Amino acid sequence: MTEALKPEREADVVEAVLAARLGGTKLDIVGGGAMAGLGRPRAERRQLSSAAMSGIIFYAPAEMTLSARAGTTVAAIEAAIAEHGQMLPFEPMRPRALWGSDAEPTLGGMVATNLAGPRRPSVGAVRDGVLGLKLVNGLAQTIRCGGRVMKNVTGLDLTKLNCGAHGTLGVLTEATIKLAPKPEAETTLVMPDLGESKAVEAMTRALGSPFGVSGAAWFASGMGRAFSRTLLRLEGFADSVDDRAGRLASMVGDFGQVNRVTGEESAALWRSVRDAEFIAEPSDRAVWRVSLAPSRAAAFAVGLGETALAHFFDWGGGLVWVATLASETAASAVRRAAASAKGHATLMRAPDSLRAAVEVFEPPSALGLRLSRGLKQSFDPDGVLNFGRMYDGV
Amino acid sequence: MSRILEVNLADRYARVEAGVTNLAISEAVGPEGFFYAPDPSSQLACTIGGNIAMNSGGAHCLKYGVTTNNLLGVRLVTLDGEILDIGGEAMDAPGYDLLGLVCGSEGQLGIVTEAIVRLIPLPEGARPVLFGFDSVEDASQCVAAIIGAGIVPVAMEYMDKPAIHICENFAHAGYPLDVEAMLIIEVEGSDAEIGAMLARIGAIAKAHNVRTVRESMSAMESAQIWKGRKSAFGATGRVADYICMDGTVPTSRLPEALQRTGEICASFGLRVANVFHAGDGNMHPLILYNVNDDDERVKAEEAGAAVLEMCVELGGCLTGEHGVGIEKRELMGRQFNDVELAQQKRVRAAFDPEGRLNPAKVFPLGERAA
Repeated sequence: MTEALKPEREADVVEAVLAARLGGTKLDIVGGGAMAGLGRPRAERRQLSSAAMSGIIFYAPAEMTLSARAGTTVAAIEAAIAEHGQMLPFEPMRPRALWGSDAEPTLGGMVATNLAGPRRPSVGAVRDGVLGLKLVNGLAQTIRCGGRVMKNVTGLDLTKLNCGAHGTLGVLTEATIKLAPKPEAETTLVMPDLGESKAVEAMTRALGSPFGVSGAAWFASGMGRAFSRTLLRLEGFADSVDDRAGRLASMVGDFGQVNRVTGEESAALWRSVRDAEFIAEPSDRAVWRVSLAPSRAAAFAVGLGETALAHFFDWGGGLVWVATLASETAASAVRRAAASAKGHATLMRAPDSLRAAVEVFEPPSALGLRLSRGLKQSFDPDGVLNFGRMYDGV
Repeated sequence: MSRILEVNLADRYARVEAGVTNLAISEAVGPEGFFYAPDPSSQLACTIGGNIAMNSGGAHCLKYGVTTNNLLGVRLVTLDGEILDIGGEAMDAPGYDLLGLVCGSEGQLGIVTEAIVRLIPLPEGARPVLFGFDSVEDASQCVAAIIGAGIVPVAMEYMDKPAIHICENFAHAGYPLDVEAMLIIEVEGSDAEIGAMLARIGAIAKAHNVRTVRESMSAMESAQIWKGRKSAFGATGRVADYICMDGTVPTSRLPEALQRTGEICASFGLRVANVFHAGDGNMHPLILYNVNDDDERVKAEEAGAAVLEMCVELGGCLTGEHGVGIEKRELMGRQFNDVELAQQKRVRAAFDPEGRLNPAKVFPLGERAA
């Protein structure tokens, strides 16, 4: 393969896309390469990496707003905002364990994959925290979307359209994101030994409470402990967290024992949820991320039977992580079960051969696919950018 | 189409028809301890379909977000009469974020007939506090300092002197009449939490020279404080005719934006009252004029356009939640260049190639779709 293009400026991106377009070639858009394992596998193509376009452009703590170049690592952004007691509200996933890659996720990759962590039910996904984007479309044109303010309905929301678009509509060059204050304290209530149904019931009660639960997850037995664990997180000012933890604990007291962990021990638990650490090994298994209504989670997971070699819940049951054999049979079983639970499944990790044989993302309806192709055409009529990464022709 | 079709409290969503009013949802689920979060001032009358078209916000969006953050799915009837279900019961939808695209598209991509909206547990309690300041700068810096201290109240509303007087005369909410700027800040939680939070906020306000402090002591007082704010538009209508602008600026530019709004309106010989969401920079200057005076009407429109151009110049946008429509379409060129507008039009054309849905809105006339 020819050496990757590493533009340092937006003008270089424009030039590279133009050259590819005129030359009739296609480009693979990557950042640091941390997310390279996601999506339909590609033929050998010239890579365009945004990694050399890095740096924070502006950071206004009092506005809780930051703008940076797409190649800036998420870690660098988190370090810069931590100095002002702030954080990324949506807890973007670090898929190190899952794909066995040491590469640091970049801002561009975070936006393009839209993989939000445990705080999703309370504060939204990555797409909810992106205020504006700058990108170069497949016509080699620079397009600004959105802006730096939270309220903005000026024209079509191309910002959200590009979140989770896996770089198929444009090469992201800059993003402006909304931040949140880093909570002074966190406490996790840990409830041992609940089965899937009881766990979802407890999480649903907690998420429907007025106590501001900012994480609700369930680890099966064998994931870090010999027994299953239902986790409920509270964050905020220390006195308030203490108060709410006590009242939440009594609220779910009838489910059994309720233990508390705080500080770093609690934070470490949520990192393992966010990064799907306990499901990453053995590394030859396929890993699925299934979105559905929480009340359908237990039946879905149990219904998978022996197809599911391991599974755990995030988002109070609204997100089910499943490990299966890397086989087409297992893939169709997961898709069938997800569809009958009115949910949708993404094949997060699998060998190229499986990702070439089955759809990686939930197949859209005929109309949905037609519209998706139309949108792809509107940004990238010649299919220069990550062509076929999401669907055939998209 | 104004029925609530399904309420699912376990999965925290409601499926409703597009003609359901915003407030009707919260009223239906309130007794169960839930609400629908976006609360535009017009929530008694406005429909969810309209909220989706304009991506409406409201006073409490600082904490809970705007419509697009509270939507799980829509049913869209396309121009060809086909039905597209976008999103659904799950928190994420597969494929391109068509939900995000449809939200705020001013009815130009299809006709929304149904929506699945998120339901949020009601807080244990909420209490507003009212601060009066001698200067606009003090009030604005107080807002910045509160956020800087890691506190995100559910609402931070700003009113300037003319707005305070207009609202007080109408609602008798007990607003201080001798201050230049007023903030209504609301926090949520248990009684103890509210107390602790208001103490922190009060200390910050004190450091920013707050002159009047009024903490609500009862539900009735809270309702009164909010009544004044929520009746701002109606109350202004009793004093004069007005047009309301809806530009947004980065919150750090608010003092400058307010000063320049005043100067712009004064240069046209017009009065202006400002009432807006300070936490998110969404300004709502009410430019007062006499609708029967053609000359003044033109001046008001010109002043409004100048204010919006200023918002864009300061790093903001033309419209935060009211939409572009016809009124602001010719200003779109101030925020987007031709290439960007052409990109947006091509996206629209993917749904509606001939531009038959809500024609002549949003995009400047006299330009063909690229």
